[in-house]
Amino acid sequence: MAEEKKRRLALIASRGTLDWAYPPFILGSGAASMDWEVAIFFTFYGLPLLKPKISAQVSPLGNPAMPMNMPFGPEWFQKINWPIPNLIMSNVPGFEAMATGLMKKTFKNKGVATVEELREMCLELGVRLIACQMTMDVFGFKKEDFIDGVEIGGAATFLEFAADADVNLFI
Amino acid sequence: MSAQYEITETLDCKGLCCPMPVVKTKIAIKKLKVGDILEMIATDPGSIPDMEAWARQTGHELLVAEDLGNGEYRFLIKKTH
Repeated sequence: MAEEKKRRLALIASRGTLDWAYPPFILGSGAASMDWEVAIFFTFYGLPLLKPKISAQVSPLGNPAMPMNMPFGPEWFQKINWPIPNLIMSNVPGFEAMATGLMKKTFKNKGVATVEELREMCLELGVRLIACQMTMDVFGFKKEDFIDGVEIGGAATFLEFAADADVNLFI
Repeated sequence: MSAQYEITETLDCKGLCCPMPVVKTKIAIKKLKVGDILEMIATDPGSIPDMEAWARQTGHELLVAEDLGNGEYRFLIKKTH
């Protein structure tokens, strides 16, 4: 196995909310653990996932399948999916911060690693994290805004890697 | 059941969710020598199929993958390369 050509995973991370921040780092660290070569190309709203502190939030608005559960109390209580009207979700200040807090607490209770921890594992296992130069310019990001180990590149950089990938996903 | 194996190191992945048991196993295996045996204990119910897939992909030998029946899963992995 070690002598064969390594399998390769190419991901594009274009979303910055908490629920979309997990998949690229979960798949990236998982694939790298299986000796795959991995590169994740961060573009548009995926770019803030390269900042030292990830402040990704989750929004129940426009996310109709997202359950609203409480991370505390007895099991029957935690299973209730609270029917909260859009009028409240969109108008109550701090609603998204609260929903994010509840989701992070649920993740912690279940033993899910934080996005930062998974990103750290990716780096430790040699996953290439590539920031899209064009969208960095558009949104005003500099290389110094990101963690160490991030490469800068464009479409050609990603495509050259992706051309020989066994799995290509746009997240 | 696996008394015939001499365990080099034990890795505790209890309480960790996917993909951490696999990730921690990979990092632990990197530090061992060829022929060494790693014992890993997890509570993630997906860890048996995941560790089987991991072993197929990496080529390391999964000697034991067992459900201990108390919510824990035990694995013995031999480093092959």
